[in-house]
Amino acid sequence: MRLGGKLAPYLLSLPGWAYLLVFFLIPLVSMLGMALAVGDPISGFVISFNFQEFVDAFNGYQAPFIRSFWYGTASTIVTLLVSYPVAYWIAFYGGRHKSTYLFLIMLPFFVSFVIRVLAWEFILSDQGVILGTLKQFGILPQSSRILSTQWAVIGGLIYNSFAYYVLPLYVVLEKLDRRLVRAANDLYASPVTAFMKIILPLSAPGIFAGFLLVFVTNVGDYVNAALLGGPGTYMIGNIIQDSFFQSQDYPMAAALSSILMLMLMVAILLYSKAFGTDTIQEYAA
Amino acid sequence: MSAAASLPPPPSAYRPRRLGERVLGIFTWAMIIYTMLPIAVMVVFSFNFAPNGRIALNWQHFTFANYGDAFAIQDLTGALMHSLEVAIGSALASALLGTPLALALARYRFLGKTLTDLVIFADIAAPAVVVGASLLSMFLALNLPRGLLTIFIAHVAFNLAFAVVVIRARVSGLDRALDRAAADLGATPWIAFWTVIFPLILPGIVGACLLCFMLSIDDLIITTFVAGQTLTFPLWVYGAVKVGIPPQVFVLSTFIFAGGVLLALVNIALASRKQAV
Repeated sequence: MRLGGKLAPYLLSLPGWAYLLVFFLIPLVSMLGMALAVGDPISGFVISFNFQEFVDAFNGYQAPFIRSFWYGTASTIVTLLVSYPVAYWIAFYGGRHKSTYLFLIMLPFFVSFVIRVLAWEFILSDQGVILGTLKQFGILPQSSRILSTQWAVIGGLIYNSFAYYVLPLYVVLEKLDRRLVRAANDLYASPVTAFMKIILPLSAPGIFAGFLLVFVTNVGDYVNAALLGGPGTYMIGNIIQDSFFQSQDYPMAAALSSILMLMLMVAILLYSKAFGTDTIQEYAA
Repeated sequence: MSAAASLPPPPSAYRPRRLGERVLGIFTWAMIIYTMLPIAVMVVFSFNFAPNGRIALNWQHFTFANYGDAFAIQDLTGALMHSLEVAIGSALASALLGTPLALALARYRFLGKTLTDLVIFADIAAPAVVVGASLLSMFLALNLPRGLLTIFIAHVAFNLAFAVVVIRARVSGLDRALDRAAADLGATPWIAFWTVIFPLILPGIVGACLLCFMLSIDDLIITTFVAGQTLTFPLWVYGAVKVGIPPQVFVLSTFIFAGGVLLALVNIALASRKQAV
């Protein structure tokens, strides 16, 4: 296919590139600009290179930042620990029903994200299906609750990232050459050794790709915290959201999201240096 | 050789790890049930009698009434229409912009290819709050009123990268010999594209559209930032949480769920039939 010879790839990528430039890259710059601006929503904003906003954002909201990274890390690790065995079993023992199992795990994608979180709010509510029943039988005291605690938020994050983690793990485990495992067994490796020395290292790309996607999504999430948590579980996403729409302090909101972006960008750059960007693209789909 | 022969046969020859396999299988099923729990709650409670037009936390009694009134809340139905419009529009636009970009990335080496990869990767990996906040910053700076158009723009912005990745995977799987065969038979590159390449990558394009549709109709976080006063289905639901959720929310999302599953099953059935032929 030689449409237009040497120019072809440039012509082909032009529309997509233009779109990403105007509606992805330039907005990021404009957000940095907003963070450095002074003014108010009515009289407008002027860029002033006022770095104070960054300092204030960083100092004023340390707790939500730390909380976001803690919730993000905890939920991603637990999600990895529960997804790996599932992906492993489907890839190695799924037989001809592999795609059926995967389809079942993908089912939540057909329900709106907000509805899924809402359903958990129902399930976990103080007088709901679980707690209400346990309280009725006197197993739990009336005052016990799950909602509004950090465990509810982390639980919600885990639920919503489960399928996103199973997929990349399944892809690597499915592609793994079974002869290597058999060879290890033939060389008297115990199942544990074979797993640690063959399967785990070979599935590392899937582990890292999933970790990155799930971690970034969860650190930036605010819906789980808003619906399942309480005032004590505010994440940085909640603060950004509130700064934009409640206090209308746009520079503060922009500064906070710039800081979040910079922090995550460092993580992403370290990642792509170490593992390349191909794997993530492959598994993202 | 003789030393190896005197060793006992390796353990794998006797012991298929049945116990471990069982435990993992049970665990997988437990996780599948856990995955389905909120969906079950949604479907079951859509049949629950709703006092005061709000979903009750406890089981009242079975009723079809909620389904009879499925479209009774005009705002909600309107919000659902907005969601569908944006989802269809942004899916098509993403495929239209994404297909040429995917072709360029899969079939050519060119200056800036690594950078393009990095930008697409960043678009997928960027947290939704940041994408939303940055688009809102730009719309505010440009004084662009927020509404259906800005929602559409934002959805294409996050869908495009996913579309490129899905279509690219399909293009990479094509045999280059097909191009040469078409050229040998006298087809111009343009004709070769439309008669040979396009039909072969069409399943990838359709898959990309479906993925984008699902990502778009599901999006809450990015949409919140760029929606202004316009509501989509997820935004309406999120806004209603404080005042109580009407049963129509569960009814409509049960419809969406059933429709989506049906569509996916048809898609799978068609794909497997094609493979069989």
